[in-house]
Order: sequence, then structure tokens, then C-alpha cells
Amino acid sequence: MLKKMYNWIDERLDITPMWRDVADHEVPEHVNPAHHFSAFVYCFGGLTFFITILQILSGMFLTMYYVPDITNAYKSVDFLQHEVAFGVIVRGMHHWGASLVIVMMFLHTLRVFFTGSYKAPREMNWVVGMLIFMVMLGLGFTGYLLPWDNKAYFATKVGIQIAASVPLLGPYIETFLQGGSITGAQTLTRFFALHVFFLPGALFALLAGHFIMIRKQGISGPL
Amino acid sequence: MAHDHHSKDEKVIYVGDSRVKQGGKFVPPPDYSAYPGKSEAFIPNFLLKEWMVGCVVLIGFLALIIAHPSPLGYPADPNNSAFIPMPDWYFLFMYQLLKYPYLSEDYVVFGTVIIPGLLFGALTLAPFLDTGKERRFYKRPIASSLMLLSFAAVVYLTVVSWDHYQHELEINNIIPEHIERAEKLAAGEDVREEEEETVIPIVGQSEVGYEIYEASSCLSCHASGLEGQASFPPLLGIGDKYTEDELVDIMKNGIGTMPAQWDSNITNGLTEDELNTLAAWLATQKAPAEDAASAE
Repeated sequence: MLKKMYNWIDERLDITPMWRDVADHEVPEHVNPAHHFSAFVYCFGGLTFFITILQILSGMFLTMYYVPDITNAYKSVDFLQHEVAFGVIVRGMHHWGASLVIVMMFLHTLRVFFTGSYKAPREMNWVVGMLIFMVMLGLGFTGYLLPWDNKAYFATKVGIQIAASVPLLGPYIETFLQGGSITGAQTLTRFFALHVFFLPGALFALLAGHFIMIRKQGISGPL
Repeated sequence: MAHDHHSKDEKVIYVGDSRVKQGGKFVPPPDYSAYPGKSEAFIPNFLLKEWMVGCVVLIGFLALIIAHPSPLGYPADPNNSAFIPMPDWYFLFMYQLLKYPYLSEDYVVFGTVIIPGLLFGALTLAPFLDTGKERRFYKRPIASSLMLLSFAAVVYLTVVSWDHYQHELEINNIIPEHIERAEKLAAGEDVREEEEETVIPIVGQSEVGYEIYEASSCLSCHASGLEGQASFPPLLGIGDKYTEDELVDIMKNGIGTMPAQWDSNITNGLTEDELNTLAAWLATQKAPAEDAASAE
């Protein structure tokens, strides 16, 4: 039955090559920790993606309760933390995951750097990876404000002040981030939109590029 | 339509009028014969191993989450001038940069743009700066040592910044808010009650008491809506704190830093009766009853 359904779809859309390409490619020995324990360094990229998936899922559940306005943001986070069933776990995953994803990404970057894997023909994938790094830092910066406690508020205020001191572009960056002349209600909704829509959108596009390129080029050979 | 007729000359046959090729046998991607050894298929062989690593990481991660609930301080208060601002840990190295002379004040552009720009710019353009064929790090001394040096610098700056913060907390005798609040909650204190900013409305603004208030010297400090200003406290809800007689006494003798106002108001043309009416009116300034508030 399932096979018939699959064949029916495959006949029309020719889907076999798509998943066979993902599934059937060979993984070389030198990146397989089962054969060489030191190859665990090749796991960092996959783990970064794994934590990113956890971030997306926990973030989706957080938005079920979170309210991005200055009177309720804090209260909704407090409610989530102390009243909602498993809220403390879901928020914990998102809070600690934000740090862990930076750590994993940094380790992945170091692995790629020290194995020289960014060299021709993989230059573009390295550049896309760096863009992912910056988008992740942006997600960290915008997400930090959302609980709207003093730590969040003053870190963002100082962050925006630092950005505003940049010559020429400073005032524009300040207005863009702040959405007005003070760090306040507009800033919160803006950071929420950036954190939940704009930056994840950019992240997905970059990740797709990252994965398509690695699939096309294959992993770099042994040293 | 060209697709309707399948002549033998045609090499590519499509499904109906679509662009999907018909009956093409799948050609598997080339294997890694360039790397002889124990290569294996991605699905399921390798992915299952990868998931095992993922499970170990997930267990460690969940243990961390359960051991350390995520922090939450007190609600943001823009007027709080004592709070020490700190970014998340992975921004600390850039934050610390701005605390050095020649990287701050007149030279702040070095700390905000030039050094971080060089760092991230060089990292992004690494493949175009390090173009040699050699991949082993010990055969690329310049690239590797620059990376190690930057890494050491980032770690050093982060540690110094964190140490400085801890020291600042210590000398100012500050317990970080998220720790304080968690402790209070654990001790069963009702922190949320204090966080609640209840705005008490003015009572009886159309009464004669308010007209007298507007004519009196009270207005200049406690403001036209009784909301107070700067260091002058609000009079909203004052009836919960003082009785009419106590208010008369405060007007006659002052309280705290507030000087006596009774006589100066008399000289300014208000009568004793009017001031007594004002005190009676102020005594009616009470917060709405709990029931009324919750019924709203």
C-alpha cells in the first residue's frame, strides 16, 4: 500500500533522486568516530545543527506564552518559568541552548579552520558559514532583550549605545535597532520581530546554502 | 505539444506535459574511492552513530537545564541607575575592548569598528588570505598562529571582563537580581506583589477639595494629578496612610523634609475652613478596594 503510494508519487514527481542523494552518499572513514576516535571533531557541525533544531522547537513553544509588550513580556516569562507545565524545561532549553549553539558553532569553526577545510574549492561554504555565525550572534543579541528584566534591558541599552557610537552609520543603526529615541516599547517589538521572523528566515536560507554546498562538494578529504 | 509524441529519436521522455523525466534509472552518487577505507552509507549506518553522539549531548544538556533553571531578574526599570549592565558571555570580549585607553572615548572607533572589523573580516576572508594548497595546520604557521593568538586574546578578554564584573559586585555588595529573586521565591516571599506597579487613581477630582488643592501651595510640589514629581512623593492613596487629623497636622508642622505649609497658605488667601476641607478631601484619596479592582 505504502509502496504503491510512493510509486504513484514517484512516477509523477521523480522524488527518488532527491532522497537517495541525501541518504546514499558515502561517509568516508576519516570523519567517522567509530573508526578513529579523534574524528569526533567532525561531529561539531552536526551538533550545531541539532542544537539549532532544539532552539527552533523550544522557541516555537515559547511563543505560545510569550507576549512582546513592555508590561506583559516579563510577566509572561515569569508565568512560563513558574506556572506552565514543563515551562522551566522549555525555557531552560532555549536559554542554555543559545549559549551551547555558540560554543558548538565556534568548535565547528575551529575544526574547519585547523583542518584547512575552507580552502579551494570550499571558500564559498566558509563565507556562508561565517554569515551563519553572525546571524547566530544577532539572534543571541535580540533574544537577550526579550525577558525584559533589568539585565536584558540594560545590556541592550548599552549595546545600542555602542552601536550608535559607530561613525557615520551609528545614528542609523541606533534608530533601526531602537525604533525610536529611547530603548522602550518599540525596541522590544522590533527585537521580537527580528528574533522570531527576520533572523531565522536569513538563518534558514544560509543553512540551506551551507548544506547544499557540502552535499555538492562532499566533505574535505583526509589530511 | 512536443511532449505528446514519443518518437524513438527523442532521448528524453517526460511524464505527461511536465518536466519530470520518465523512467530514468537513478544514478547513485559517486563513492569516495578517492579515500580508500571503511566508508559507509550516510543513512542509516552513519546517521545512527551520529544520533548516538546526539543522545549523549542531549542528556548532558538536559542535566544542565534541570540543575540550573534559566535566570530571571526583576522587571526592567529604566530609572534604575545602580544596575551594572552586562551583555551575554559571548559578547564580553568586545565589551571589554572598550574599557582600554586608545580603544575608548576619542579612539572608540578602534574598539567598535576597526578591531572587531579586522577580526571578523579576516576570519570571513580566510580562504582568500590563506590560499596555499597545504591544509595541515602545522604547515601553515602564519594562519594557525594568528588564529591561536586571536583565540587566546578572546579568552583572556572574556575572563578579565567576567572577573571585573564579579569584583564590582563584591565591592558594591550586590547580589545579582536573578539569584536574589530566585532565593526570595524559594523562601516563599511574594516578590510578584512588589513588582506589581499599581497606579492608584485620583478620587473626587470634581469636588471642591480639588479646587482648593489647585489654589494651594501643595500643587507646586505634588503636581496637578497628585502624582508627585522627582523626590516629592505622590499623594495618591494618601488616605490609606493618614487620617484627616494627621493630614492637618502635617500641613501645620511639616513632615520629613517637607516644611509646614499651613500659615503660608493662609497668607496666600486660603481660609482655615478651606484647608480643613482640603485635608478631608485628601483623606478620601484611597486605593480602590481589592474586590472592586478584581471585579473590573
